[in-house]
Amino acid sequence: MTVVHAAPKSAQIDGIADTLAKALGTMLIHTKEEHGEIVIGVERERIEDALQLLRDEHDYQQLMEIAGVDYPARDERFDVVYMLLSLTKNHRIMVKCRAAEDTPVPTVTTLWPVAGWLEREVYDLYGVIFAGNPDLRRILTDYGFEGHPFRKDFPLTGYQELRYSEEAKRVVYEPVELAQDFRTFEFMSPWEGADYVLPGDEKAAQAPATPPVAEPKTTDKPADTGAGEKTNARAAKKASNGSPAQTKSRKKEPEAPAPTESRPARKPRAKKSQGDPE
Amino acid sequence: MSGLALDQAPTTGDEVITNYTINFGPQHPAAHGVLRMVMELDGEIIERIDPHIGLLHRGTEKLIEYKTYLQALPYFDRLDYCSPLAMEHSYVLAIEKLLNIEVPLRAQYLRVLFAELTRICNHMLNMGSHVMDVGAMTPNLWLFEIREDCLNFFERASGARMHSAWYRPGGVHQDVPLKLLTDIGDWLDKRMPELFEDAMSLVIDNRIFKQRNVDIAVVSKDDAVRWGFSGPMIRAAGVPWDLRKSQPYDVYDRMEFDVPVGTNSDCYDRFMVRVEEVRQSARIIKQCLAEMPEGPIASDDRKVVPPKRAEMKSSMEALIHHFKLYTEGFHVPAGEVYVATESPKGEFGVYLVSDGSNKPYRCKIRPTAFSHLQAMDFMCKGHMLPDATAILGAIDVVFGECDR
Repeated sequence: MTVVHAAPKSAQIDGIADTLAKALGTMLIHTKEEHGEIVIGVERERIEDALQLLRDEHDYQQLMEIAGVDYPARDERFDVVYMLLSLTKNHRIMVKCRAAEDTPVPTVTTLWPVAGWLEREVYDLYGVIFAGNPDLRRILTDYGFEGHPFRKDFPLTGYQELRYSEEAKRVVYEPVELAQDFRTFEFMSPWEGADYVLPGDEKAAQAPATPPVAEPKTTDKPADTGAGEKTNARAAKKASNGSPAQTKSRKKEPEAPAPTESRPARKPRAKKSQGDPE
Repeated sequence: MSGLALDQAPTTGDEVITNYTINFGPQHPAAHGVLRMVMELDGEIIERIDPHIGLLHRGTEKLIEYKTYLQALPYFDRLDYCSPLAMEHSYVLAIEKLLNIEVPLRAQYLRVLFAELTRICNHMLNMGSHVMDVGAMTPNLWLFEIREDCLNFFERASGARMHSAWYRPGGVHQDVPLKLLTDIGDWLDKRMPELFEDAMSLVIDNRIFKQRNVDIAVVSKDDAVRWGFSGPMIRAAGVPWDLRKSQPYDVYDRMEFDVPVGTNSDCYDRFMVRVEEVRQSARIIKQCLAEMPEGPIASDDRKVVPPKRAEMKSSMEALIHHFKLYTEGFHVPAGEVYVATESPKGEFGVYLVSDGSNKPYRCKIRPTAFSHLQAMDFMCKGHMLPDATAILGAIDVVFGECDR
């Protein structure tokens, strides 16, 4: 695919993904080159060794970012993605490993001090545990916050809200109360394979299924269709007594009210002449 | 004090003076927002700093997961509210990278022009407040004049002074009037350099300013790399690293500009790097004005960029496209990209994971201040308490971005 976008262009190094894959050896799980990004999947237990190798042997000097991603359907639901930057090669790669809630990821604070807060953030927002991080406290959420808000199963509105209470003269925490239900709109078209039920369709599922037919109806001859002279005659027969007859009575129908007399228009007011307007 | 004789020293040798802890912020004028730092002091010497951040955390990344790609764009203005367009820049480039969509040349020039105007605008605020943190008032007022001019230009381009929401995946939202471009040109020729150089003449050779900044928080090259520094912070440490040069995006590869580098890696160098960056930004804007071609300002891919209003009056297809784009939004191919641009504060990155739907599956924002602020502890260690404000000023931290 030819590149036409205007996004940052770093150095193009031929075969760099293969070189790194070979160097990582057994630590490697997969490599992927997509959208111009090199993504390297590494075993979780050996992430520290892998990153050390990339830093010391392959000149990826800077750790710019650690991002957590949540895929709740997966067995090990979290991805921990390390963005590495080489200042000398002018190149970026992403290294990722998988983790679950109870499988700690080895810390890389030993390699980069900047990892301290980055790991704290992933821990705070996703609940991934980093073994060996000396200061794994919450960082972005409130003091005393419970839960990990960026997980996909954490509601956008949260559980707690706070307000200043005039009676208590302090900020109080209360369960979230929504004046209106949280609304999300699913825009995936039904014929593109949406996995939701169209409004109204849920009733169809409850209706009893049609009973099985012992003898399926077939129309081999014209007589089977049910059409013909006989049927027409039967259809012409009146089923009801017809519409009620018009009754005549001597009673006079009330007439329409007489139109109100229109009042004579008022005489136009005489204009006061106040000298010559010119 | 009853047992203390007059001829004795006020502190005796036997007595142990313990360190004490103070709270700096979260409502301190020099904290540049809602930063709380728990400082452990030995007299006036800082022993340890524990910055507490997150007081401005709004869960932007989570909110973005519930919005379409276009609806999520204005959240970026509200990250670093001192350089809103620079924030949008990373985001639209990340989307464009996933879509692999071509952006017309004029739009690329406009984006570079306004990104650099944003850089000037941001540096005016930062330099002004840095100077004010160490005790000078006048330069700040003069620099705010320039900032005000910049905001007026943003308003004339987008209709909003700060939260422009003007960049779009595939280009920019609206074309600018010619008069705006000529006004920017005139402003760069006369008013901006006059005001700026006047203000700088008060600061850069000022004795007090130098006493407060030279040799404060010296960070070695190695440390700057290990602590994930970027932008003016890493350049002041002597590393000539500028994403506009090394990994050019939009039309930065056509621009001629220099990357200023510090020699001493102290707060003074960080300040001076920014001073020179303002001049270089002015240079880039002038080149943009001179070279900018006529033409469309957004891609004509109707599956991403909505059609013109006039077109909708006569074309049914245009009307459908418009409706679909503003209700459902566009779908982005599945994949993941990390796109980083040189924001005025440093490397501002967006890690975008798409699952092929019309909403981002995950949008991780890489703030610049996060890693810089983490280094506060090691930069402040052994310095005096008032140096902390100078160091903080030189970091250029904005909490909208740091806390997200």
